[in-house]
Amino acid sequence: MTRESRRAWLTFAVALGWFFLLLWPLTGIKADGSLTFDQTLAIFWRVAAAAAVLVVFWRLKRKGSFDGAGRGLATARAALARGISVVPAWIWWILLAAGALSYPLLTNRYGQDVAVTVLVYICLGLGLNVVVGLAGLLDLGYIAFYGVGAYTYALLSVNYGLSFWLCLPLAAALAAIAGCIIGYPTLRMRGDYLAIVTLGFGEIVRIILNNWMELTNGPKGIISIPPPSIYVPELEPTLHFVPFELRKITYAYYVILGLAVFTVVAVHRLNFSRIGRAWEAIREDETAAELMGVNTFLLKLLAYAMGAVFGGLAGAFYAARYRFVNPDPFTFIESAMVLAMVVLGGLGSIPGIILGALALIALPEVFRGFELYRMLAFGGAMTVMMLVRPAGLIPAKRMGQRSEERD
Amino acid sequence: MEYFFQQFINGITLGGVYALFALGYTMVYGIIQLINFAHGEFFAAGGYVGVIVLSFLGAHGYMGTHPWLCLAFSLVLTMGYCAMLAMAVEKIAYKPLRRSTRLSVLLSALGMSIFLQNGLMLTQGVYDKAYPTAFVQGGLDIGGVRISIMQLLILGLTAVLLFILNALVFRTRIGKAMRATAQDKVMSALVGINSNRIISLTFAIGAGLAAAAGIMVGLYYGAVRYDMGFVPGVKAFAAAVLGGIGNITGAMLGGFIIGMVEIMAAAYVPHGGEYKDVFAFIILIAVLYFMPTGIMGENVDDTRV
Repeated sequence: MTRESRRAWLTFAVALGWFFLLLWPLTGIKADGSLTFDQTLAIFWRVAAAAAVLVVFWRLKRKGSFDGAGRGLATARAALARGISVVPAWIWWILLAAGALSYPLLTNRYGQDVAVTVLVYICLGLGLNVVVGLAGLLDLGYIAFYGVGAYTYALLSVNYGLSFWLCLPLAAALAAIAGCIIGYPTLRMRGDYLAIVTLGFGEIVRIILNNWMELTNGPKGIISIPPPSIYVPELEPTLHFVPFELRKITYAYYVILGLAVFTVVAVHRLNFSRIGRAWEAIREDETAAELMGVNTFLLKLLAYAMGAVFGGLAGAFYAARYRFVNPDPFTFIESAMVLAMVVLGGLGSIPGIILGALALIALPEVFRGFELYRMLAFGGAMTVMMLVRPAGLIPAKRMGQRSEERD
Repeated sequence: MEYFFQQFINGITLGGVYALFALGYTMVYGIIQLINFAHGEFFAAGGYVGVIVLSFLGAHGYMGTHPWLCLAFSLVLTMGYCAMLAMAVEKIAYKPLRRSTRLSVLLSALGMSIFLQNGLMLTQGVYDKAYPTAFVQGGLDIGGVRISIMQLLILGLTAVLLFILNALVFRTRIGKAMRATAQDKVMSALVGINSNRIISLTFAIGAGLAAAAGIMVGLYYGAVRYDMGFVPGVKAFAAAVLGGIGNITGAMLGGFIIGMVEIMAAAYVPHGGEYKDVFAFIILIAVLYFMPTGIMGENVDDTRV
């Protein structure tokens, strides 16, 4: 045993002891005056075993035992990439589109339901990505824009009978205005102030939705929101158009698929535009960006508003899909969920965020029994991700080269 | 007029709690220029460990005979527990990332906060947990204004803790080391201060104060909840910013102002009760916009990092 490995195991033992001391008061001291160790030890041994495996793995990796496996994996990946590139890209795109379009025909209601949720979160994740991933501003109240969008459609359609398609841009516009209202006073501050202010803002939107009875009907919410409808041609007696309500989940799937595709394309175009480059410059070094002539304040405000737009669109869809809104879904936990998707998938990376949304929505559906541990795992994963792979599962591709990467 | 004094007493009590809570934010910010997102969870964990210890002692009958001793005992244990928790969080989520971007640190701290909050929920349940409050019933009447024993307890405890903290930071060698590290990490390391240990200690002290605040809130409202650190956390942060983030005296002052404004607004503004959580936030925005250095603070822009 080398000195280094002795040190590693000593640290491991101290950490486990520390963990036990933190865990035991919460699980071992009972209100009836008894002290137990069963529950604590049950958790403790599992964590200890998992941690021990990780330490062994890490030690072996440090010693270079996995170098052979790593090389093998790299060759396999290169071979796979070559295999994929044999077939032209447009064929893959067509296959993907065909898969997405035929998905409702192949699955049942439950599968479609999950797919709709995943697509909603893809929209939200990409919207948040504009703010966090591209411009580097941490927004912890993002779900408020989702709420603004949902209530915009709910109120406009129930009170004024406006159609879904008209409300979509209105919801986006209102969300963007909300984004500017909160962004304007806070964007001069540093990122961490912004984080807390947005956190508070998200909470305030919820408080207002809960308490402004005249407008929002408070915690009881708004019911019987019309679903989106389209005009379909009818030949009898003469050619005319009748409204047709897209009530079924299959139609909802196509609507949100369209929105998600729009979001992906829009965010991709934004990312590789002049504005997107300016955002990335702000993210990397705000002072330098400003010196290069980037109007940092306006662009940060724009990032905020753009992010809010996608949140608002997803929100309007949410109201139309469930045909009921109340303030309950718009909590901080939801913001944290969306953020976890963006962070796990890869800040600034569109495929990464799609993967993140799939992982965070679809995986819990598979592991139904672990529903309770979902947020615990997400929180832990967020920290671990920042420690070991801060760029996410699929890191974003950079434009150009950085000076330290050259030569 | 009596109504006003009554509200004044309530405001100062709540303000004391916010002041203790805000100190953790401001001390951590002062030393590493980062917001400790998990701070609200230290507060909630404090509330829980406090009630766990108190109910354990209550089950053995000690609460009936020596309630004050039990409270002191649970206070000390809880503060120690949260200090340990904070040191663990610092080691995991802050220390390895000291050289990475601010965003990564914020996200890892946020992950920790979510993890801890859900850990509390899983081990303690989603429902409110009731505090034993029988021993702090009763109060004094001074010219029609009622001060409950609970309020006296909270005020007294706050005063004692603030006094100890002041003595620690401004009168001892450790306090001197903390202030030196906050001013210039490299320079203080050159003169032999172990900055890692000082940062860890700062987290521990802040969490200990938050734990005390958690117990007080539990006693005051009679119950704790796993997510109780969230909204008060934003308010305490507002207090820290109002006082000038990084400034210990400022955080105390800010806490009292925020508590007072919240109570007064709930009492005198129409519909104020429903929107009482909004006022602290409005103060936060106004301060950031018009007076970003706070009442007695330093600058908040990038120049210090």
